[in-house]
Amino acid sequence: MSVFVWIETFEGRAVPSSWEALGAARIIAGATSTDITALVFGENAAAVAASAGQYGAANAIVAEDEALRDYLLERYAALLSELVRSHRPSAVLAVASNRGRELLASAAADTNSGLISDVIELRVEDGRIIGKRPAYAGKVLMEMRANTATAFVTIRGRAFPPAASAKGAEPAIKIAAAVGAADAIATEIESFAPEVGKINLADAAIIVSGGRGMANNPKAPPEGISGDAAKIWRAKDGFENTLRPLADVLGAAVGASRAAVDAGYIAYDHQVGQTGKVVNPDLYIACGISGAIQHQAGMRGSKIIVAINKDAQAPIFKLARYGIVGDLYEVLPALTAALEQRLAN
Amino acid sequence: MHIVTFTRSTPDTAAKVWVDSDGKVTWGDVATVVNPWDEYALEETIAQATNGGGESTVIAIGSALHNDALKHSMAMGLKHALRIDAAGADTHDSLVWSALAAGAISKLGDVDLVIFGKESIDVATDQHSYQLARRLGWTMLSYVSAILEADYAAGAIKVERMLEQGKQVVSGQLPAVISVMKGINEPRYPNFLGIRKAAKASIPVWTAADLGVEAPEAATSVLGYMNPPARDVSTEILDAGDVSATARTLAERLFKEKVL
Ligand SMILES: Cc1cc2nc3c(=O)[nH]c(=O)nc-3n(C[C@H](O)[C@H](O)[C@H](O)COP(=O)(O)OP(=O)(O)OC[C@H]3O[C@@H](n4cnc5c(N)ncnc54)[C@H](O)[C@@H]3O)c2cc1C
Ligand SMILES: Nc1ncnc2c1ncn2[C@@H]1O[C@H](COP(=O)(O)O)[C@@H](O)[C@H]1O
Repeated sequence: MSVFVWIETFEGRAVPSSWEALGAARIIAGATSTDITALVFGENAAAVAASAGQYGAANAIVAEDEALRDYLLERYAALLSELVRSHRPSAVLAVASNRGRELLASAAADTNSGLISDVIELRVEDGRIIGKRPAYAGKVLMEMRANTATAFVTIRGRAFPPAASAKGAEPAIKIAAAVGAADAIATEIESFAPEVGKINLADAAIIVSGGRGMANNPKAPPEGISGDAAKIWRAKDGFENTLRPLADVLGAAVGASRAAVDAGYIAYDHQVGQTGKVVNPDLYIACGISGAIQHQAGMRGSKIIVAINKDAQAPIFKLARYGIVGDLYEVLPALTAALEQRLAN
Repeated sequence: MHIVTFTRSTPDTAAKVWVDSDGKVTWGDVATVVNPWDEYALEETIAQATNGGGESTVIAIGSALHNDALKHSMAMGLKHALRIDAAGADTHDSLVWSALAAGAISKLGDVDLVIFGKESIDVATDQHSYQLARRLGWTMLSYVSAILEADYAAGAIKVERMLEQGKQVVSGQLPAVISVMKGINEPRYPNFLGIRKAAKASIPVWTAADLGVEAPEAATSVLGYMNPPARDVSTEILDAGDVSATARTLAERLFKEKVL
């Protein structure tokens, strides 16, 4: 009846938000007087399991065989479902990342277990797990209870503090192997183009976002570029040479409004909002973003919001703790310089 | 060749949504829209079915509220629409949902591909597609940003997936369930003719008995809805005279807030 936590790994290392899932698991383990078992599959799993011990896992189930080297939904789900059937954990937790979502939903279906996703608060009542989660783009909260012996829960990134680490704590390790025939897999990965060095929006503690206002870059585009292409050039140059330097000083991820994405100023994977990513960083700096309700849906949960906009009436100021009314192309370089100086001290 | 997509009606993204004194979620009399993420799935379904010379069907599970989304889908160009109404269909339990959805797919019989939007903007669980794929025992490919090849005769599909760590090209066997991202296409607007045709269409409603499935007991229960605590923000507009001084003031404030 242990609490299972799937530790997501990428290229042999734990995805840091997995420690948040261990933190959330403590709430359940504490309330039901059980312990935590980390599940680590794939490359370097044993070493990752050792770290999980330091973050509060008393046990670990490790599966390192070649068939599991790279994450593949079918194989990982088959193994997770098998482990749930044989160990009957009270809960299975993971972060609501792309993989966490699909893996837990699949294994919950395989084992006919209740799944509560994107949870921001957890409690246990009469032995049943109850999760609070945002709905309707955070305009409403809902509470859901899992009615089955095993409850599957995905947690929203940055909603739970990571478990504290204790040096030297060693989990008791069990070894598991891949389930099913190696060739009974319906998909094959043909190629993968990693985006190195990019900070994931969902995990970022600080985000600097740009909107349609990024197009008002005073810099002139090269000869021969005019019209919409000139706008795109100006905005792209602004994201690269004005906004990114600020993000770099802060170690921040770069976000954007849908208007900026749709106009071709920046790629879609930067979009924050109702049809983009939902983020909840400590600090969100919105530059040249008006603050439409659909944008707010993605960033309202940020701890401190800073708005930089030349229009004092922009709705974003209503959400912001601090605002600067001004041209972002003057404010951002000044802010970058001020922070560089302040951080150097 | 037959492509199926699922959709639902959701309140407009600009609607104010709140929990009323009876504990019910309401958005006043604001009209619903087709779930915005599903516009990409609907467009892709139409495009795939048209290119492959096959059939396209859109399905909603739940109350008559979802007829609007089905009509919108038909107005866009989906050939067939149907609604499934059964006990538990509106409980937000994805295991009940996927049992009904799998029943519908099996009853249709000849389905090659099921296309989902990434998530619904109301409950936003991003879990329905996976559970349907597991129930059917079909290939699952999520977060698809492009269909690179689809050979319905040979039963093969190749897609590009947009993941947190980068882009992946994956090939898989049909039948399959996929979920698609914004950017995969430009969803069309329904034209006048489409809207007229859809307005006239009657949408068949299937029950659990029609599907021959017994919906399982709900594995989850919604205990209640609540309004989020009001965000208490007092905005301080910084202006220290010149832009450098203002920027330094902001930097100081951020240090004091301990967010740096
Ligand atoms: C179904 C649906 C889903 C949507 N999903 C999303 C979503 O996920 N994310 C999202 O962001 N939007 C979303 N939207 C779009 C949303 O409604 C807005 O259109 C969008 O957020 C506006 O982006 P923006 O603030 O960058 O542009 P605008 O509203 O045009 O604002 C630009 C701002 O920049 C300021 N500005 C201009 N130049 C400067 C300068 N030099 N210095 C400082 N400030 C300057 C202006 O004063 C203005 O306030 C969605 C809409 C719909 C209908
Ligand atoms: N009741 C429903 N009827 C039809 N489609 C649905 C229903 N609920 C969710 N979906 C679809 O499933 C996908 C994922 O939704 P969700 O898992 O709720 O985020 C979206 O494309 C939704 O439109």
